[in-house]
Amino acid sequence: MATVSFNDATRTYPGTERPAVDKLNLEIGDGEFVVLVGPSGCGKSTSLRMLAGLEEVNAGTITIGDRDVTHLPPKDRDIAMVFQNYALYPHMSVADNMGFALKMANTPKAERQKRVQEAAALLGLEEFLNRKPKALSGGQRQRVAMGRAIVRQPQVFLMDEPLSNLDAKLRVSTRTQIAALQSRLGVTTVYVTHDQVEAMTMGDRVAVMKDGVLQQVDSPLALYDTPKNVFVAGFIGSPAMNLVDGKVSEGGIAVGDFVVPVPREVLAKAPGEDTLTIGIRPEAFEVADGAGVGLDVAVVEELGADSYVYGTLAGLDEDERLTAQQIVGRISTRTPPRRGETVRLSIKPDTIHVFSKENGDRLT
Amino acid sequence: MPRFVSARPDASLIPLPWNTPLEEWPVSNLVALPRGISRHVVRFIKVGKNVYAAKEVIEHLAVHEYRLLHDLNRLYTPAVEPVGVVTERYDVDGNALDPVLITKHLQFSLPYRSLFTRGVRQDTVARLLDAMVVLLARLHLVGFLWGDVSLSNTLFRRDAGAFAAYLVDAETGELHDELTAGQREHDLTIARTNLFGEFSDLEAGGLLDESLDPLQLVDSIESRYRALWSELTGKERFDGSEMHRIESRVRRLNALGFDVAELDIATDMGGSTITIQPKVVDAGHHSRRLLRLTGLDTEENQARRLLNDLDAFRARTDQQGADEAIVAHQWLTEVFEPVVSAIPEDLRGRLEPAEVFHEVLEYRWFASEEAGHEVPLEEATRHYIDEILRTKPDEALTSVDVMGPLANPYDPSMGYVDDDDTVPYDPWEADAEAVDPADASYFDIDALRARGR
Repeated sequence: MATVSFNDATRTYPGTERPAVDKLNLEIGDGEFVVLVGPSGCGKSTSLRMLAGLEEVNAGTITIGDRDVTHLPPKDRDIAMVFQNYALYPHMSVADNMGFALKMANTPKAERQKRVQEAAALLGLEEFLNRKPKALSGGQRQRVAMGRAIVRQPQVFLMDEPLSNLDAKLRVSTRTQIAALQSRLGVTTVYVTHDQVEAMTMGDRVAVMKDGVLQQVDSPLALYDTPKNVFVAGFIGSPAMNLVDGKVSEGGIAVGDFVVPVPREVLAKAPGEDTLTIGIRPEAFEVADGAGVGLDVAVVEELGADSYVYGTLAGLDEDERLTAQQIVGRISTRTPPRRGETVRLSIKPDTIHVFSKENGDRLT
Repeated sequence: MPRFVSARPDASLIPLPWNTPLEEWPVSNLVALPRGISRHVVRFIKVGKNVYAAKEVIEHLAVHEYRLLHDLNRLYTPAVEPVGVVTERYDVDGNALDPVLITKHLQFSLPYRSLFTRGVRQDTVARLLDAMVVLLARLHLVGFLWGDVSLSNTLFRRDAGAFAAYLVDAETGELHDELTAGQREHDLTIARTNLFGEFSDLEAGGLLDESLDPLQLVDSIESRYRALWSELTGKERFDGSEMHRIESRVRRLNALGFDVAELDIATDMGGSTITIQPKVVDAGHHSRRLLRLTGLDTEENQARRLLNDLDAFRARTDQQGADEAIVAHQWLTEVFEPVVSAIPEDLRGRLEPAEVFHEVLEYRWFASEEAGHEVPLEEATRHYIDEILRTKPDEALTSVDVMGPLANPYDPSMGYVDDDDTVPYDPWEADAEAVDPADASYFDIDALRARGR
């Protein structure tokens, strides 16, 4: 087991000016499960590969435990990578399929069997050990591939989008199981995905990246409740946070024909800006008794006790509505509004996020 | 309606039942050809005279691989030829099906499982490993990180007694301007693991010759790769009085089948020490020369063999001073083509024309030795066809699978008929049954808060 630390780690590809990963600083604790997430090209896979030794580090250092591994070849780093690609060999039993790399490393047979047995127990594959891998499902094949990494007992697991080949159902159940498995094994794990839901449900902490720069690293809840900037606010959460630009006015920020109350000291943090971005999570809306943000309802989706209400700010004509920003609210009410209706929505005061329009930083 | 993305479309592909999952395709559209193990559904489909490989894979991977295969072909790197991607497929219930990537089936190709079998000669094994190593080095030279180096993802073709290897799966590949040492090490590590697994699998099935040891095989691949890479790219330092070493480095690379397009030559201040390092090397030294002279597109060793014969023809006909292209044309019409056209129609699928020509030359050499005089080519060709070619199996579309009866002849990943059919309990899959697929993109903040509390 080990900690992992990126210290100003930078990777610039030959022939490009902007670094693919720019001065990454990230401390990962012993046994921690950290997920790197971001849109494609954000630098998450490059960061993982720098740690694996597959990408050169142009500046800064990477350490595993107290060893500086910045310039060590991949095989000397004591890491195991779990890929999306895996092949199962039809003549070998599932046990041999999991343990063959140990055989290649000349691990004694008894030790090999013990490790394979343990890994199979963790992966729910005990019943399969003596069988040939005939007709294993995609998920089972994926698990055998994980077993191959587990039996090596590395200091760090690296996983690069390991679920991307699975169908939706299996992806949901497998992500929970992998997270549980990781916490039982207690091996430091760095996991890369482009899927924020996957990141938020699996990681102890989630590192959000964009354009090669780490935006924020925090627990899933902290990322959700206090995103550091507009990018993180919009990226995390599904449906996404409503981000609306509004004019600063007396006592708050105007959203459509309603002024959302914002404390004076928050507004004072951006003295030169007359427009700020206000962020409202869909579930922060409530149907208002009196005044509130006006919403022309376009679509209502009922989900059990709650309804998702989609629409545009009230008072726009038909053409404007077509191009206007869509607002989403998740409201619990017995009588959900109907399509075409205008509703007034209030906002729970402690759930309002305010961001600078100039640099996107959080003000609240 | 399904959509086709293709650079060179084959119209006869369009009416195929694209709205049916590949697994359920009617047998009348399929051919059972041996192939490597795949994690996707792969089928060989036959339309008219052409055979294609079709792979069902999620959209971004299909498009990614299609483009990469294009790039590899453009870079003159041995890889299967991409034909197209079929998207927007829906089954009868309107459910979306994964897109299909279509590639051309590589004619006269041999999968590894039919090559490393019992009774294989040691030098054949050495040649197969060399072919694999040359392929990997060639991919690395153009900046291609394979990511899944394996025998299953490689096809071999005969090449004048040796073999040429082709990449058949680029799904995990990436094309860079140049690979770092770490990236190449990564491919080598993967190659070691995958190849060890594949050789062990053959061993477990009793299909690997007993004289071969999986660990020795992978060690040999690694050391051969390192030796080749250092010859291709390594720095060489020598004294200023040994300038001939520049020439001999270039000749060594030519002999390995590579051209040096750019050689970096540096001298120290006093000019007493010279350092040379090849900067740009291109594979296909002989095959490109043959192509230029005759229009014949062959493997590298075949080209070498044909070019040697061309040189011999020039000497025999006393035309050393004549224009090379003119002599080449004469050789083609007077020597090469008569041999090829002598092959009866029903034997054309046995071996590639260039390979037949190579074998005829070999045959003639032995026959001449035995007879004590030069056997005319026409006579040698006739005897070769009757005595040798006729006895060979058909290799244009190899259909012999050496691994025994497959559970599904169209899909080796499904295992063999002798295996157990019962399904053991799997706690993980049991959990998945209860899942609503809509949950995949739904983020449950309430559950997260409950967990955090």
